[in-house]
Amino acid sequence: MENPYMPYPVRIDEIEIATEDKSLKTFKFVFLNKEDEEKFSYQAGQFAELSIPGVGEIPIGIASSPIEKGFVKFTVFRAGVVTSHLHNMKVGDIMGIRGPLGNWYPWDKLENKNVVIIGGGFAFTTLRSSIIYMLDPANRSKFKNIDVVYGARSPGMLLYREELYEWEKRDDINMHITVDGTDDPSWKYHTGFVPQVVEKNAPKADDDTYAIICGPPIMIKFTMPSLVELGYKEHQIIMSLENKMKCGIGMCGRCNIGKELVCKDGPVFTLEELNLTPKEY
Amino acid sequence: MDTCINKIREIALKLLENEEVEKVVGFANGTIPMATSPITIDSKQDVDKLVFNSTCGLNLANYIRNQKGKLAIVAKGCDSRNIVNHIVENQVKRDQVHIIGVPCQGMVDKKKIDALFDDDIIEFTEDGDTLKVKSNTKEETLSKKDFLRENCSLCQHRNPVLYDDLAGDLVEEQKLDNPYPDVDRIEAMDSDTKWQHFEDLLQNCIRCYACKNACPLCYCPTCFVDEAGPQWVGKGQNETDVSTFHFLRAFHCGGRCTDCGACVEACPMDINVRDFTRKLNKDSFEMFGWEAGMDITKRPPLDAYSPDDPNDFIK
Amino acid sequence: MKFITIDKKDWAKGIEKSRETYKLFGPVKEKNGFLIKSLDDDVQPDMNYQDSVMSPKSVVFPQSEKMLTTSLDDSQDGHHIMNRVDTDYSPKAVIGIRPYDAKAMQLVKLNFDTKDYRDPYWCDAYEATTFVGLGINKPGLYDFSTSAGSGPFEEEGLDVLLADMDDKYLAKIITDKGQAYVDSCGFGTDADEKESQVLLDVLKKEAEKNIASKINTDQLKSKTILDLHEAPFWDDVAFSCINCGTCTYVCPTCWCFDIQDETKNKKTTRFKNWDTCMSSLFTLHTTGHNPRDSKTQRVRQRFMHKLKYFVDKYDQGTMCVGCGRCVKSCPVNIDIREVCNMMNAYEKQAE
Repeated sequence: MENPYMPYPVRIDEIEIATEDKSLKTFKFVFLNKEDEEKFSYQAGQFAELSIPGVGEIPIGIASSPIEKGFVKFTVFRAGVVTSHLHNMKVGDIMGIRGPLGNWYPWDKLENKNVVIIGGGFAFTTLRSSIIYMLDPANRSKFKNIDVVYGARSPGMLLYREELYEWEKRDDINMHITVDGTDDPSWKYHTGFVPQVVEKNAPKADDDTYAIICGPPIMIKFTMPSLVELGYKEHQIIMSLENKMKCGIGMCGRCNIGKELVCKDGPVFTLEELNLTPKEY
Repeated sequence: MDTCINKIREIALKLLENEEVEKVVGFANGTIPMATSPITIDSKQDVDKLVFNSTCGLNLANYIRNQKGKLAIVAKGCDSRNIVNHIVENQVKRDQVHIIGVPCQGMVDKKKIDALFDDDIIEFTEDGDTLKVKSNTKEETLSKKDFLRENCSLCQHRNPVLYDDLAGDLVEEQKLDNPYPDVDRIEAMDSDTKWQHFEDLLQNCIRCYACKNACPLCYCPTCFVDEAGPQWVGKGQNETDVSTFHFLRAFHCGGRCTDCGACVEACPMDINVRDFTRKLNKDSFEMFGWEAGMDITKRPPLDAYSPDDPNDFIK
Repeated sequence: MKFITIDKKDWAKGIEKSRETYKLFGPVKEKNGFLIKSLDDDVQPDMNYQDSVMSPKSVVFPQSEKMLTTSLDDSQDGHHIMNRVDTDYSPKAVIGIRPYDAKAMQLVKLNFDTKDYRDPYWCDAYEATTFVGLGINKPGLYDFSTSAGSGPFEEEGLDVLLADMDDKYLAKIITDKGQAYVDSCGFGTDADEKESQVLLDVLKKEAEKNIASKINTDQLKSKTILDLHEAPFWDDVAFSCINCGTCTYVCPTCWCFDIQDETKNKKTTRFKNWDTCMSSLFTLHTTGHNPRDSKTQRVRQRFMHKLKYFVDKYDQGTMCVGCGRCVKSCPVNIDIREVCNMMNAYEKQAE
């Protein structure tokens, strides 16, 4: 077996400032070795360890979609030592990526189902990966209705704005884009917190509808009751968690929630699975 | 020591019954020979769990910060000085602690006693100065004064300096002509020997931080060894990093350490980490006439400045 | 199984001869207590030791280990591309390892050698190491291995099992690796298989009789994680804990580690260092959020992992092998045997 600690060398191909306050940047990486890109074949929902020699590693959800070839994209929030260093790097710099790691959204279970995607703030990365995957002509027919509720503090804080607005125009996906508040008179979409928008716009639950929810703990805390109101059962609510990680391969022992390791048994869990674990996340 | 146990329990019972305190922090019997374990009791039914003997080597002042409500604490001489320290450094308010002062005759050096046996000690009893220690192969009767911990043998503050209740009669303080013979020994070494001494001292250190965590002085929310931005000290076993931790921690304790010996008591690798702090204690004493925790109205010398600070040692 | 006897008069010479092929590790007396250390030339393993303060896990899993390295100098070829460091994996032998420590290695292997990933650092070191075990004729006060999945003469994880028979050792050669080691020493006085096994069984029975300490683990599997997690005794258990790393570092089954990069003069190395779940930093997120920011949560985590999560996840009993090191070394005398029994006996009160 390969050395799971060895990162694949990558080059930064493009850096985009993702939010108006510059706290998030989207990095596009290209593998230095073509065969590494194949080894890195991933599913929507997985994450990778971005590895900067001399600085450290960070676990980040993969924002690009499996159907996008030739590169991988990650949107990173500047928070600590490694992310700050990454934010100061330039196009052309060399670093490493380890992965793909973790499990993915249960695409096989979601076939022939309605999918409701709920995201908040900068937790939308793997959801972008998911939406692009689902909307791809090769995959779209596998799913029934797709609803997306995505909210951020203000328009400038929404990730992937251009793509969001493009999806909004499509008729094979129902977008409910919202911001907490805005002075922008040209804002066309919703205003209000994600939980409220979910309550008003998300489809009612039935046996064929699943919800994927990804966001900061506080958004999840207040959105859960809305989903319960709409009748979603525990096994129909799919969540993606975060935790402090180091190895990403289930060996260093620090990301556990009960006996589940977020990096290996997760990060995707159903609410049913999570309710069997202690609330240590 | 026997009378102390009864008095401690009596006082604890009274305090809990009258609801003067919400809990009492003291020692309980351990699950293995020569061990006691810090406990907190909040019900008068549990006062009989409290014990006090020559194996109560940890410093309970470590357990009184960030507590809700008022608590009582069993404090020997050195512990009481650390409580004074806590009050001076705003870690606890005077009216938050009810100090059950215990005049102390010293704690035994458990590792020194262990070293007399090739197999495990299965029983340890004491009666005044007599210690009876048994293993499966032999029995030793020892005199406690031959097996005092080094810091206890050099202690000049056995009686609690601050207390609300006294659990026994005050004991005679020893007056030493030279309270720092251990420091003198190291000071007398030449540079190379001194370097080797400290290198040898730390060769088995496993960075468990038992010394730091047992120390009542070490309460920084983020210790310098844990700081990440910037990172001051490596986390591996590099010799420089290991020494940096110990030397720097000693400096952070400079002028505040009461030589309670909890650090050495806690160390699983039997390292005399007091070699780091004792020099600074001696310097504090000789340069500033200062001993930590003796006066609730004064701040440690490295903590405060006044124009008439002693400075004749500055050449 | 092959049995041989080794006259103690021939022992030292044989050990020295094996140095031609193996790097040797064994118990060495320190100021107070024993450590399992690399044996310098002419230093023999002290076969009269009772137990060691630190476990031999460091032979295969060093406290600080280099994993990858690269240059940060942009002018160098291959800069910023990490490569595995050159580590010496020539054969090693641990002489005198206790059966509970060998069993512990097998439990740790479950973590580092899985169907999805293989940690090459731990696994390569493990595969290069031969474990020459020494049965415990007189188990000490802190040994509760018989109720923790091991025992004074258990063979799991050992390549050779030695039994001290006063003037000689009776050696049971369990694996090919063990045979290779014994050959490298030049030991080889065959002993009758049947008789030897009988002798060994007698010693084993005697030794096991002397184990006074036991833990109860039979009910652990039947309790739910949430029930045990919410039990009311954790605050009391955790009160005296000072959140140092002593228990985790002396424990032969604790495997948690940290990954850190250290740079000097444009050369950077990625290290693996032992880490402890007792530290408040262990689960601290960069955002400041900490799922286990209270001492009670951390203390509970350790015992839940050792005595419940591992039980449920691997179905191989508890993660504790009963070596007693944590009990002996814990600065505040928190006793895993007490906690285990509390957990095993815990019945959730009806609402």
